[in-house]
Amino acid sequence: MMAVVHMFADAAVIAKRNMIKIKRVPEVLVFVLLSPIMFVLLFAYVFGGSISIPGGSYREFLIAGIFAQTVVFGSTFTGVGIADDIQKGIIDRFRSLPMSQAAVLIGRTASDVVYNVLTLLIMALTGLVVGWRIHSSLWEGLVGFGLLLAFAYAFSWTMALVGLLVPSVEVINNASFMVIFPVTFIANTFVPAENLPTVLRTFAEWNPISSLTQAVRELFGNIPPGTPDPTAWPLQNPVIYTLIWAALIIAVFAPLASLRYQKAVKQG
Amino acid sequence: MGNVIEAFGLVKRYGEVVALDGLDLAVQEGSVFGLLGPNGAGKTTAVSILATLLIPDSGSARVAGADVLKEPARVRERIGLSGQYAALDEHLTGLENLDMIGRLYRLGRSRSRARARELLEVFDLSEAGSRPVKTYSGGMRRRLDLAGALVASPPVLFLDEPTTGLDPRSRLDLWGVIRELVARGSTLLLTTQYLEEADHLADRIMVIDQGRDIAQGTPDELKTLVGGERIEVTVVSSSDLPRAQEVMQRFAVGELASEVRNRRVTAPISGGAAVLTKALRALDAEGVNLHDVGLRRPTLNDVFLTLTGHAAEPNGTRGTSEDQSSVRGKATS
Repeated sequence: MMAVVHMFADAAVIAKRNMIKIKRVPEVLVFVLLSPIMFVLLFAYVFGGSISIPGGSYREFLIAGIFAQTVVFGSTFTGVGIADDIQKGIIDRFRSLPMSQAAVLIGRTASDVVYNVLTLLIMALTGLVVGWRIHSSLWEGLVGFGLLLAFAYAFSWTMALVGLLVPSVEVINNASFMVIFPVTFIANTFVPAENLPTVLRTFAEWNPISSLTQAVRELFGNIPPGTPDPTAWPLQNPVIYTLIWAALIIAVFAPLASLRYQKAVKQG
Repeated sequence: MGNVIEAFGLVKRYGEVVALDGLDLAVQEGSVFGLLGPNGAGKTTAVSILATLLIPDSGSARVAGADVLKEPARVRERIGLSGQYAALDEHLTGLENLDMIGRLYRLGRSRSRARARELLEVFDLSEAGSRPVKTYSGGMRRRLDLAGALVASPPVLFLDEPTTGLDPRSRLDLWGVIRELVARGSTLLLTTQYLEEADHLADRIMVIDQGRDIAQGTPDELKTLVGGERIEVTVVSSSDLPRAQEVMQRFAVGELASEVRNRRVTAPISGGAAVLTKALRALDAEGVNLHDVGLRRPTLNDVFLTLTGHAAEPNGTRGTSEDQSSVRGKATS
């Protein structure tokens, strides 16, 4: 019991430290917030004009996809933060302290949620400007944002492991790009999954990013009326399916990352 | 008094490279133990194992009564570690860095703050305490890092190359701080590349090379082993050489060495600069024209040459040109 209390107390200290960093290096925040604005605008005006969705607005269809892609990309931050701490020798110091050894990763993943909250806020505002609206209720809208944050939190544990494995910070961005780009594109984020060739379509239908996007679209009321119901189970039950994935990712990657953390030592 | 740090047969390999090759060591309570060796000798690996950061391939160690491998959490409660590279958060202020460490040692909010302020005072960082660490000089960072190791007043301290890369003045400052610490009764294991540093600070020195203990003793014992300090005199013309030899014989505490071809006489002495001054006056009185003269103290390189027959070459990749030149620079000063 005491160990759990200590773990959360230590994680809070680490999270607080990461938050101070957000305040001291506002440049990072500016870029974190500018890129989603850019995404929304690019997709809304570049693709928005040439792709049409029967019975609805492509812009509204698109927003949930951009939200999903952006918060998943946000997990890169977790990996970068951890790799940076290893490189600077700060993890060595933490590991020599009588603190909870799980706290550093828990504190890191927790504080990165703040980035995603800010990112979502900015994207939502930009979305409103370009014509996106939540057609459901406030309550359902909030659940939609909550689901995005929950899945992003889970996904940040995969990047925590990557951050512990790579030799330097520079590698992370490339490594995460290689994984996140295909995962977020072979999905229903930007085009309806039904339009994809069979193999990609099957992947897209079972891809948790698709279910996340589908769930958020439904919760925001952004599915045009008359759209045929999805045929794949994950897309028929997108909230449950997304939550199962989030739980699975944490169940696998949190222990793996924690184990790896015990061996993390600054190299050379 | 018993041993506070003990290691038996530590072995650690990184692929082909053997970082530690069966290292044993024992450090008495309240003493300062210097682990001396060139880059890549295994110093950092040894400290990392003792500080529970690294698991050895074989061997065992006890620190402050706890087994490093079996009870790492208990070891961590009793040690402070200051690494080779100041492990600080650049974006946090000095105070925030120390406060964070205090909280992680579970000192509690107010005690942690108070301790942080106290340490900033001790390390002459009170004014800088409210500035982000990225504005600090190298010497200030090292002092803050050292302060970080002392937050919980641990009975055992590990300082891994605390002054590497510092300018001579900052180094002297830091030596002063470390000596004060020791006077308060902490047990300290210190690694260094500088014989001079180990000599100043350590009660006992172990010289390691390629992960092996190659010599151990008090600083005096080691210096005696490599020959202590000496004066090197180079005369302008070789006709002056006999007279120079005759003068230097008066100050030498052992046999002179002469190199006729280089017109150089080397005399082992004891007494440092005072003896050098006297010798210069005597040489001047005899009308010997000097081309060059120097007081030479044994360096890590001399220790290595004497003990291993090879110079202190790094076998790792960590050596920076800066480290190298400061070792070499000392050899000629």
